[in-house]
Amino acid sequence: MRHVLGNKKVAAAFLGPALLVYIGVMVVPVIWSFVLTVMNGSPVLGFDWVGWDNFARFFRDPTARHALWFTIKYALVMSLGQVVLGYLMAILYVFVLKKLSTFVRTMVFFPVVLPSVAISLLFSRLFAVAPQLGPVNSLLQAIGIEPVDWFATGSAAFVVIVIMDLWRTVGFYAVLLFAGLVEIPDEVIDSARVDGAGGLRLIRHIVLPMSLPVLLSTIIFSLNNCLKVFDSILALNNGGPGTATTPLNLYMFQTSFLYSNYGYGSVLALVITVLCLTVTLLIFRSSRRDLTES
Amino acid sequence: MANQVRSGLSRGAVLALSATLALTLAGCSGDSNDNPSGDPGNRATEFSVLITAENSAGADMLQRLAEGPCAEANAALPYTLDQTPSAQMQQKILLLAGQDALPVMFAAGQQFIYKDGQLAAAGQVLDVKDALTDLGVFDLITPAAQSVVDQLYDGEFPTLPLQFNTEGIFYNKTLFAQHGLAVPETVDDLLEAARTLKAAGITPFVASGKTGWSISRWVGEFIFRDLGADAMMRVRDGQAKLTDPEYVRAAQRLQDMGLEGLFINGITNVDMDTALNQLFTGQAAMMYNLTNTLQRINDPSVNTQDLGFFPFPAITGGKGSIDDLPANVGSPNVLSAKLYGPNVGVWLRCMAENYGSISMEAQGVYSGFKINTPVPNIAPLTAEIQERIDAATSTVLWFEALFNQKATTDASNNAAPLLTGAMSAEEYMSVLQADLEEG
Repeated sequence: MRHVLGNKKVAAAFLGPALLVYIGVMVVPVIWSFVLTVMNGSPVLGFDWVGWDNFARFFRDPTARHALWFTIKYALVMSLGQVVLGYLMAILYVFVLKKLSTFVRTMVFFPVVLPSVAISLLFSRLFAVAPQLGPVNSLLQAIGIEPVDWFATGSAAFVVIVIMDLWRTVGFYAVLLFAGLVEIPDEVIDSARVDGAGGLRLIRHIVLPMSLPVLLSTIIFSLNNCLKVFDSILALNNGGPGTATTPLNLYMFQTSFLYSNYGYGSVLALVITVLCLTVTLLIFRSSRRDLTES
Repeated sequence: MANQVRSGLSRGAVLALSATLALTLAGCSGDSNDNPSGDPGNRATEFSVLITAENSAGADMLQRLAEGPCAEANAALPYTLDQTPSAQMQQKILLLAGQDALPVMFAAGQQFIYKDGQLAAAGQVLDVKDALTDLGVFDLITPAAQSVVDQLYDGEFPTLPLQFNTEGIFYNKTLFAQHGLAVPETVDDLLEAARTLKAAGITPFVASGKTGWSISRWVGEFIFRDLGADAMMRVRDGQAKLTDPEYVRAAQRLQDMGLEGLFINGITNVDMDTALNQLFTGQAAMMYNLTNTLQRINDPSVNTQDLGFFPFPAITGGKGSIDDLPANVGSPNVLSAKLYGPNVGVWLRCMAENYGSISMEAQGVYSGFKINTPVPNIAPLTAEIQERIDAATSTVLWFEALFNQKATTDASNNAAPLLTGAMSAEEYMSVLQADLEEG
């Protein structure tokens, strides 16, 4: 086998088709999108070179700046929620529920397999104020609080989006972290307990350091997914009211495919890419430094 | 052995490359409308139509025509339908245009078919007026529809007016009678009526925050009634700005109504079906809407006796008139200039001769074509509005008619925040003016 795979031509024959497909559907569009950042036009009349105009427009476009800020805010809040809640659930599965955790894990994971659009519709009804009060507003009314029009302001809509997306995704991160926690050898945990570590001390000094690699992967995964949020917000309130909860990815989609402004849309796509790469690199660098220090 | 492998690989690679090239070339070799016979007069081999997935009424009408009065045209040029969700439609049209693969009739966006629009500049858009005049049936387009298209496209005629909508306020006659209200002639009367209804615990106005134009059109109506029928043309021509105080005043009027609680509570997330249901069931008294709503109103399950229609009232001292009929001709239906030929002409003539009658008979809605064949049993409200259309002396466009796509979208998306006070009237108009200036 080593002899066959050592032959570069045979390896090329095996890898070539897949590589061609990858280049065709990934590399070429990425390069083309990058080229489009300095162009304006359409497939009908062709594209013209406009230099840095599209980049300059990004800095003077208040909607883009707001979308960038909203994306970062959403990613930070959501990632914090996903990782902290996911980690707490994983600890619950491993150390409290143990073998009984299968049912709870299945239930918590269930929203992950539901379509985003269905979940968005469900939450728009849950938080509805018209034509009938939804369950959330009915509950508020029952305890003497005035019903809230959750979708009328950006801040209230943001709360609904965060609750919805946490409910939708936290099961996935809990399972991901659960897989990391069960890898910690029982002997290590038992030894720590014999040495007197328990509860928070056990988690702080044994569980957390030993699950750090999977925790970092989870943070990177979570931040990157959150920075690219699209479908759930589109289906819930289309980034409204106005553009108050429009993330960069949705604004990029609207700019490119609704307003047919491919050049400026490509700049927005590039900003998202740079944002994701920066976050990932920063986390990698910080994790490397931590490991070296330890 | 090594040489054999090498030569085998080379042959294989060449073969794979050739196959890929052949497939790519085949994929790029044109559309299904290409005529293999090469007859330049009849390039289209089918009457291919691309409309939005939401336009079920249009699809139904074309099917009726193909099976009915246009059967002969259909035999010569079979009708085929392709539908795409409206959110993806313009993207699809641009891609098809880039490949010279547009169908015979397609729902292109307005911005692409203006004189300097991308499709018009690329020679893809047929001048419908010229074609219908050649066929001797241009006079089958109603004067009102001609007027709308003339204003909208500055004298060009790039769209077939399959729809004709006037706009105004549908109201619940029973609720008005119960509270002793007359049909309002002025905005002051309208507000008075709304306050009376609100005091009686009835929602005066319903609209859909999710379908924002049902709110933003109010701004347009205030502008037209206050500043005159050409107010939005002055904005297009750069003689006025939406941020000018007299334009901001229109948005402010609407916001004041919203803050006074005259619109349905929680409007931001109300969809069009819910809004209509509120009107039909008498939970809300009034709704600004298009007359294509008549298709829903004429549904036997709705009590049409309860519903009436009145034009948007005048503003006391305003330059506009209550008689200026707000009108539109629906989404554009563009005919491909490159695929137009005698067989498409037969279809076009048949549509001009029959669309108006069948639209009224089957769906109870107006078209931009005259009703050639008398239609019996027209619903009373439909007949009443038809009389208003016939009596109209002038038409005005709708608020977003002369906007680009981004301004149109922003006008709609920001309408609910304007109404609820989440966005000020100045901010609302500034966003739209910035969109217009950005181009």
